[in-house]
Amino acid sequence: MTHVPISVTVDGTVYDGEVEPRTLLVHWLRDSLGRVGTVVGCDTSSCGACTVLLDGRSVKSCSVLAVQADGHSITTIQGLAEGEDNWHPVQTALKECHGLQCGYCTPGMVMSTVDLLSENPNPTEEEIREGLHGNLCRCTGYHNIVKSVQHAAEAMGGAK
Amino acid sequence: MTEVLDTSTPMGRPLKRKEDARLLHGQTNWTDNIQLPGTVHMAILRSPMAHAKITKLDVSGALDQPHVVAAYGAAELGDLNGAIPCVWPVTDDIQMPPFPALAVDKVRHVGDAVAVVLATDKTAAYDALEAIDVDYEPLPAVVDMEAALQPGAPLVHDGEGAPMSNECYTFPLPGTGIPYDEAKAKADVVVKRRFVNQRIIAGYMEPRAVVASPMGMSNEMTVWSATQIPHILRVLLSLVTGLPENALRVVAPDVGGGFGGKLQLYREEILAVQLARHLGRPVKWTETRSEDMVASHHGRDQIQDIEICATKDGKLLGLKVDLLADMGAYLQIITPGIPLLGMFMFPAIYKMESYDFNCVGVFTNKTPTDAIRGAGRPEATFAIERIMDELAAELNMDPMKLREMNWIQHEEFPYATIAGLTYDTGNYEAATAKAMDLFGYDELRAEQEARRASGDPVQLGLGISTFTEMCGLAPSRTLGALKYVAGGWEHCTIRALPTGKIELITGTSPHGQGHETAWSQIAASILGVEVEDIEVVHGDTGRAPYGMDTYGSRSLAVGGQAIKKAAERLVEKAKVIAAHQLECSVDDLEFVDGAFRVKGDPEKAQPLAAVAFEAFSAHNLPDGVEPTLQAEATVDPDDFSYPHGTHLCAIEVDTETGKSTIRKYVCVDDVGVQVNPLIVEGQVHGGLAQGIAQALYEGVEYDEDGNLLTASFADYLIPSAADLPSFVTGTTVTPSTTNPLGTKGVGEAGAIASTPAVINAIVDALRPMGVTDVLMPASPQNVWRAIEDAKGGAA
Amino acid sequence: MIPVAFDYTKVNTVDEAVAALVSGGEDAKIIAGGQSLMPVLRLRMAAPEVVIDISDVAEMQGVSDAGDAIVIGAGTTHHAVMNDPLVKTHAPLIAMTTETVADPQIRHRGTFGGALAHADPAGDLPAAAVALDAVMTVAGPDGRRDIPAKDFFVDYFTTSLEPEDILVSIRIPKLGEGWAYHYEKFNRTAQGWAIVGVAAAVKRQNGSIEAARIGLTNMGPGPVRATSVEAALAGAAASDDAIAAAAENATDGTRATSDLHAKADYREHLAKVLTKRAVAKAAGV
Ligand SMILES: Cc1cc2nc3c(=O)[nH]c(=O)nc-3n(C[C@H](O)[C@H](O)[C@H](O)COP(=O)(O)OP(=O)(O)OC[C@H]3O[C@@H](n4cnc5c(N)ncnc54)[C@H](O)[C@@H]3O)c2cc1C
Ligand code: FES
Ligand code: FES
Repeated sequence: MTHVPISVTVDGTVYDGEVEPRTLLVHWLRDSLGRVGTVVGCDTSSCGACTVLLDGRSVKSCSVLAVQADGHSITTIQGLAEGEDNWHPVQTALKECHGLQCGYCTPGMVMSTVDLLSENPNPTEEEIREGLHGNLCRCTGYHNIVKSVQHAAEAMGGAK
Repeated sequence: MTEVLDTSTPMGRPLKRKEDARLLHGQTNWTDNIQLPGTVHMAILRSPMAHAKITKLDVSGALDQPHVVAAYGAAELGDLNGAIPCVWPVTDDIQMPPFPALAVDKVRHVGDAVAVVLATDKTAAYDALEAIDVDYEPLPAVVDMEAALQPGAPLVHDGEGAPMSNECYTFPLPGTGIPYDEAKAKADVVVKRRFVNQRIIAGYMEPRAVVASPMGMSNEMTVWSATQIPHILRVLLSLVTGLPENALRVVAPDVGGGFGGKLQLYREEILAVQLARHLGRPVKWTETRSEDMVASHHGRDQIQDIEICATKDGKLLGLKVDLLADMGAYLQIITPGIPLLGMFMFPAIYKMESYDFNCVGVFTNKTPTDAIRGAGRPEATFAIERIMDELAAELNMDPMKLREMNWIQHEEFPYATIAGLTYDTGNYEAATAKAMDLFGYDELRAEQEARRASGDPVQLGLGISTFTEMCGLAPSRTLGALKYVAGGWEHCTIRALPTGKIELITGTSPHGQGHETAWSQIAASILGVEVEDIEVVHGDTGRAPYGMDTYGSRSLAVGGQAIKKAAERLVEKAKVIAAHQLECSVDDLEFVDGAFRVKGDPEKAQPLAAVAFEAFSAHNLPDGVEPTLQAEATVDPDDFSYPHGTHLCAIEVDTETGKSTIRKYVCVDDVGVQVNPLIVEGQVHGGLAQGIAQALYEGVEYDEDGNLLTASFADYLIPSAADLPSFVTGTTVTPSTTNPLGTKGVGEAGAIASTPAVINAIVDALRPMGVTDVLMPASPQNVWRAIEDAKGGAA
Repeated sequence: MIPVAFDYTKVNTVDEAVAALVSGGEDAKIIAGGQSLMPVLRLRMAAPEVVIDISDVAEMQGVSDAGDAIVIGAGTTHHAVMNDPLVKTHAPLIAMTTETVADPQIRHRGTFGGALAHADPAGDLPAAAVALDAVMTVAGPDGRRDIPAKDFFVDYFTTSLEPEDILVSIRIPKLGEGWAYHYEKFNRTAQGWAIVGVAAAVKRQNGSIEAARIGLTNMGPGPVRATSVEAALAGAAASDDAIAAAAENATDGTRATSDLHAKADYREHLAKVLTKRAVAKAAGV
């Protein structure tokens, strides 16, 4: 099958490449661009570990073809805040509230939270739990993730 | 002896974790991130059938596919086809049929490995699987344990020398205490129940992955694996593949959760190593989630016939446990031993006169079982805590009161249990009092009464679980007595580097538990250095050569002791050098805030870092003192430690739909001395979620032909944030006496305690309707059916 | 896993899409949001040779007011649908139901038309579509035609779309004043699909129910219009008892099946309970 050219902005850098149409966005990010911060946890679009922002909205990058990202802009966990010292408030909150353990779900959890707070800067506990239900975590029981999101919302100026 | 730790040190503080920065920035080193030049990718053809003869297997078609380098069935693999050893032969006459990496002639469960393809491109390897020509002749499958034990049942293993039945072993615990029949004869009340502890998966979020990379022409090989047990894996891989152990380096880089599921030697690890060696190039394999569902070990899966007897006042007399434990189709490394870890825990925190235990391990045409968070102990805790509630109902007694009457009082520790263990310490009264307070037990009971009286379609139930567990695996001698092949010690080396930094090398292998932070806290407290100045090295047999890895809540309870001892030895050696430098006797020195000070003359002092430099330059060391400042310790624990806790769950059950919703969950855990309360709390939360998930949501389901129905995350329901409540957690601190830090384990507590608390709550809600049990997972359908059945029974 | 190899074309108009389907024949597959198709491809349960991406077809995006109805472009994402002012005003049942579909990430990609065309018996939107008498506008090699929702859903994962047809837009008639709505979804976990769902639209007049429209999810191979319940409700008192009595008819005309998540008898029981609840909530009882 023929390869197709694509041009995608990933974390602020434009990448031009040729992909097989069947290539999943997440595999292109990981295997071709070496941007391995975004991970894969399932094959049924269930776990959300692969969540990135596509034109600013959260999507599961295992459920988008790389060709479908052509001409679009992707933000991954690695581009959310540049450099080790540069922390997005959501990242800071997760550390502060011990909202991660093994960290495998974390990239997706962070990206979903960023999206959630952009739409609803001041979510209730129930809205947080509902809003993150596309992201599975096996380690934390979500208790501290919910706390982290509340903490981040506050830090980002949510009204409550 | 337990020391009271200095509150000015990092020990005991809720420090934020060191490991988080990289995890939060996507800078993590997962096994699947590794891309080595010349890598070939491995893909595995798996059986779609539960039980079948392989009548034809021709891999040559795969070889014609683009990018394919090699393809093998068992025949082509020949001697390279290693077999997975079982290292826990629990009885002398246990049946241990061969478990080859690639199935030979016959497949025994859906997902059994049949052939393997290697290609320079990951996608091409998968594509080529479709070009393999394989024919199966289906055989009848055994799925149900009781059916498997019937005479004439199809045999999972029927080759030469194979057993003539599906019984793997029978393990009777020689009865302890008075004979059970005597106890029963004295009893006024006997309650007998059958509980089913369903099959579940570990459900770590990072799928398994392995990269095996041979080094040039030598025998050397580096293996990266998403494993909990790099050290044990190294030994086993060497034994299985014949690669000299000293040429093998096993690395567990960042590992995304394990929960027992990565406490294993998997066939894919053997294949990757063998084929990397054979082809002379790196071999990489990462499973898909659907593959994980059939290929990674499952856990639990017991049928428990349990009988308890007591006086009419509620005094326990005896307990009798008969287990059927599903091994699955093969024995993984410790499959047969899992139920025996539970054997000790059925009597739990209760005093009684008699205990009988018998376990039969059964082969079925399903994925092998092995350890999953708690390993044997959740099963035991579930059974005893469930039947305590049933007994209370029978006696018409408050279930908490029944427990109080029978549990070991805090002044009775150390306490020799009927199962033959000696519990170190505990204070069930204190934990329970605190939990009851946080829960509001009496108010909730009042609400329950009101709802019952008004016939509310939503009923309220209260569930209790007062649990203990044995953790800190384990004294090596005990393990030996149980026929486990390896030991239970742990190692630590601490090096004070000339630049003032500390390297702490541990044999534990974390995968989310925060060892880098907690171990730094222990060492920093003793060495008087900053937590940030300590680098914890783990999970790499090249850099951390000795260890027994991380499982069974052992890392702190056992590994922590090694850290303490190594740090103290380091201080001792440094003191000798410092005394020499300061021209005083060792006895004149005190070690305060990371510096050696001459007593009474605080101006004369030398910080540890300076001593480290002296030890490195070695220009002026006292006679007989060797250069470099490092110390090591290998500790074999004297005994287990026994964390405990009281878990209380209030559940609203919608009797019209059967849906259960947790209204409040309170637990007070006593895990002994806490190194980092933040981490302790996190471990409890995660355990609760997993235990609640077993109670309400999760369960591996097969159809009668052995097809896996829960074959992906779309059908196996792992709860999300929207499915779980916030938890109210508290702790009490009763230091352990079996280790000098006074710590116990916490990794499994929540998972062990919560499942029975939830089910007890549901049954409590429905008991007036005649319900006495509900099958797990207590899905709305199962709860509704329990109600319907009770109605039918009443009619 | 990784899908079987395929070719990919992106089309810009409905005509191009139809032409691509015609030339691709049986081995062509449309991808809209890809949220149902991608898992199917990854698990290699389907292996199309050509995938035709319709996500850039402008005509299929967005919601417009057509007087007595609103028209939702088939390619409008769930997220756009549930936040659309026209949908919220004139077809709140669609907005409410869409809010229960999958999770935020999937709603950002998945489309209204894709969910209907996929015709998953556990999908939520078909029930709302039949309850509201939606009309599908379909384009094929012979031009465009309209298919009423009740004729659109044929069987499990099967619609009356021909292989060369594309669903262009969906007309939702405005019900007018006095109607209230509720979608009652019953699933085991938030990620789980509906075991049973009930989409209800109820018109109240004083103390009684003037009219009701009920669509059931997962009570058969496709969505079911619970006409017996509707008939029993017409003119009934807006009371718990009357609604419960009417809801007893919820299994009429259903063909519930047994699967991993529920047996048929439990689904039938749920249909009654959930119909009662959905109607009561919609009616504000
Ligand atoms: C984890 C998960 C959970 C989900 N949960 C739910 C849920 O709770 N409720 C629910 O209702 N849905 C659920 N969905 C499905 C979701 O709603 C999908 O978005 C929707 O079913 C398909 O829309 P799509 O645009 O992504 O379609 P695609 O995946 O692109 O296509 C699906 C099918 O429809 C065809 N198709 C798409 N558009 C058209 C068109 N315009 N004309 C003709 N054919 C077309 C495609 O060829 C394909 O066969 C879930 C999906 C996932 C992955
Ligand atoms: S990898 Fe699980 S949702 Fe994408
Ligand atoms: S932190 Fe391990 S899965 Fe979430």
